Amino acid sequence: MTAAGSGVTVVQACVLSLLVFTGASQFALVGALAAGGNPLTAAAGAFFLGVRNAFYGLRLSQLLALPRAVRPFAAQWVIDETTAVALAQPTRRSARIGFTVTGLSLYLLWNLTTLLGALGAQAIGDTDAWGLDAAGPAVFLALLAPMLRTTTERAVAGLAVLLGLGLLPVLPAGAPVLVAALAAPAVLFLEGRRKGTPRDAAHDDHAEGEGR
Amino acid sequence: MNTWIAIGATALGCYAVKLIGLLVPAGTLERPLVRRLAALLPVALLAALTAQQTFADGHRLVLDARLAGIAAAAVALVLRAPFLLVVAAAVIVTAGVRAMGG
Repeated sequence: MTAAGSGVTVVQACVLSLLVFTGASQFALVGALAAGGNPLTAAAGAFFLGVRNAFYGLRLSQLLALPRAVRPFAAQWVIDETTAVALAQPTRRSARIGFTVTGLSLYLLWNLTTLLGALGAQAIGDTDAWGLDAAGPAVFLALLAPMLRTTTERAVAGLAVLLGLGLLPVLPAGAPVLVAALAAPAVLFLEGRRKGTPRDAAHDDHAEGEGR
Repeated sequence: MNTWIAIGATALGCYAVKLIGLLVPAGTLERPLVRRLAALLPVALLAALTAQQTFADGHRLVLDARLAGIAAAAVALVLRAPFLLVVAAAVIVTAGVRAMGG
């Protein structure tokens, strides 16, 4: 969708969807490359966005109890949507079915959409005239919105926006986003120093959705 | 060539973290601080990316039609519109403002 017009070819867009298959990372990579970023800086930003999938994998690993030989194949489908569907199922059997059906249908749909989007964008030429340069940030905003549940998330988001925009004129393309990622440990550190009473600690665990 | 390097590195890295989650013994990464950080990292990255791709023009910050598009997306999100509608709102409003010379 946003790939064309940013120096990424149709083939490259399709390979990205086939091999990376985690939307936010793909958009981040294409955006950073379009801005003229160094390839490894761009890849680092995309990688950090993908780190959350490791934690989804931890939950799914216990829930699905997949044989070891199957795990390398199942891994590619460990994303937001499959995790959400699998975790919502009452039994192991239905969790496995939910994970497989969601994974397969999203994988096919996502790759088909990428191909059609890349071909379509190539056909219409100037993607900016069609407002397609707003699709990337809209996708990020839509992914971000449900995460802004507590003050902590909002503080991290606010600080990251300031860092990302403030450093844009002075750092090479792609680097400001990586520095903005430091908003997460920075806010956690400040929160840890400010709090520490038992009541607040209990509140933290609750906000996280799990006790320890 | 640079693009292929970036694609290769991203594909390897993103697949590796997915696989690690399925392979490591439960509990290894379950320390509360690590979990908190993993939950907050995407928040920071997505917020910075949203802001940059709305305001950035190379190394300059500008106000243009994209801001109207993102504002429309934000309204759609507040109204709990589905994902594709949110993105469509941003694209259509941005194109509309641009067509009017904005």
